[in-house]
Amino acid sequence: MAEATAALSDVVVHYPGRQPLGPIDLSIAPGEIVALVGASGAGKSTILRLLAGLEHPSRGRIDRAAAPGRTGFVFQAATLMPWTDARTNVALPLELAGVAAAEARRRADEALAAVGLGDRLTARPRQLSGGMAMRVSLARALVTEPDLLLLDEPFAALDSVTRRRLIEDLHRLWAVRSPRPAIVFVTHDVEEAVYLAGRALVLDAATGRVTRELATPGALPRAPDWRSDAGYRATVELLAVALARSMATVPPEAGS
Amino acid sequence: MTRLLPPLLLTALLLAAWEIACRALHVPAYFLPPPSAVAVALVDRAPVLAASAAATFRMAMQALIVAAVLGGGLALIVSLSRPAEQAVRPLAVALQVTPVVAIAPLVLIWTGLDHADRAVVALAAAVAFFPLFSGVLTGLKAADPDLERLFDLYEATPVQRLIRLRLPAALPFILEGLRVASGLAVIGAVVAEFVSGSGATQGLAWRLLEAGNRLRTADMLAALVLLMVMGLTLNALVGVLERTVRKRTL
Repeated sequence: MAEATAALSDVVVHYPGRQPLGPIDLSIAPGEIVALVGASGAGKSTILRLLAGLEHPSRGRIDRAAAPGRTGFVFQAATLMPWTDARTNVALPLELAGVAAAEARRRADEALAAVGLGDRLTARPRQLSGGMAMRVSLARALVTEPDLLLLDEPFAALDSVTRRRLIEDLHRLWAVRSPRPAIVFVTHDVEEAVYLAGRALVLDAATGRVTRELATPGALPRAPDWRSDAGYRATVELLAVALARSMATVPPEAGS
Repeated sequence: MTRLLPPLLLTALLLAAWEIACRALHVPAYFLPPPSAVAVALVDRAPVLAASAAATFRMAMQALIVAAVLGGGLALIVSLSRPAEQAVRPLAVALQVTPVVAIAPLVLIWTGLDHADRAVVALAAAVAFFPLFSGVLTGLKAADPDLERLFDLYEATPVQRLIRLRLPAALPFILEGLRVASGLAVIGAVVAEFVSGSGATQGLAWRLLEAGNRLRTADMLAALVLLMVMGLTLNALVGVLERTVRKRTL
């Protein structure tokens, strides 16, 4: 087996006055897609930030094979700079890394075209719909050709049609890359988790641990009609039950 | 145009009422001259008043520049370090709550009585300092925390972060600070001139004092009108700047 793209070993994070997260052991293989589900406050976003190197654990080890700048992050909101256009937003990671402006611009245009926004290069964020803004955010995360792509409930604020289209586009973008990036994403939506990921983890807020790990059947990327497949439905059901069980034990003080 | 009409109408109405009341009640001119007398004073004293207005305006602008450089610069430095901010902020607040009138005699001693204009600039700058310092500092810390994380993720240098994220995010706050500070700079200049009160500054405040001492109330009111016009002009200028920047950046 190839070296893990990122791995958490025996990682614990303490929060003041709350149930600590972990210990967590989690290894992300190159090119795999992992879904993290769990109640609010379970620490899903913290795990993403640990994997990104944006937060440091109280205990344990984090190994990251991804070179600096080769990790993409998509936040819950599009998180674009409102004072500049889509192209400059997408080019930002390259320019911060010292890529020449013309080259950064060319690659930003390519990344925007790949997410279907080739005609909105000079649009300001406020001129874009929620779905389009999310696509710009995705293009910005992909522009550095990351080995690891981290998504923190990126589709939560979108309507169901837009969300479904973005999920399918994400699969397509993932599949055409060589090598494929590893993706870890946080979601509340079990259907989204099962459809998008090869592996789903349930994080329990009461204990701060992974209480269930589930491999999804079938190959990635999915065909859109896989949602009517019996294997898909059975896995969704299993995951929903596991999630409900983890949420039933949420202590009252574990808030958002 | 329709937006300007109601306030102009109201002003005309008030002026008319004032004029009529003065004439009907035979109010002595030293107590309250009618608007027509103020208008005559404005025209008669125009050369002197214009020169004084220019002097006050120049001192207020110099103060604004000093305050912007010092306040903005200090905020920029302080924004890079939390302990520095904790150390500096109380002192900035202390400066803000100290009445400018109270420190004026002291500043006058320091600059020397022969350089009353420098004292006026220094005092007006002290008044205009806080909104600029506070505006820049608040603005520099107002960037979206997730955008800050993104800059962490891509290992941005402090300079990159400042130029590409924090300054653009701070711009609306800086402009708001500038708007408040420009008004305060004029107020500060007038108050400082009052206190220095030697005629060495020849600004509008001096004209006010001078006319007051001679009971030339119409001249006083004419100077006041000019001060008001100056304030409105400054406010409008900053407003235009604000709209231009907003259009370019949003």
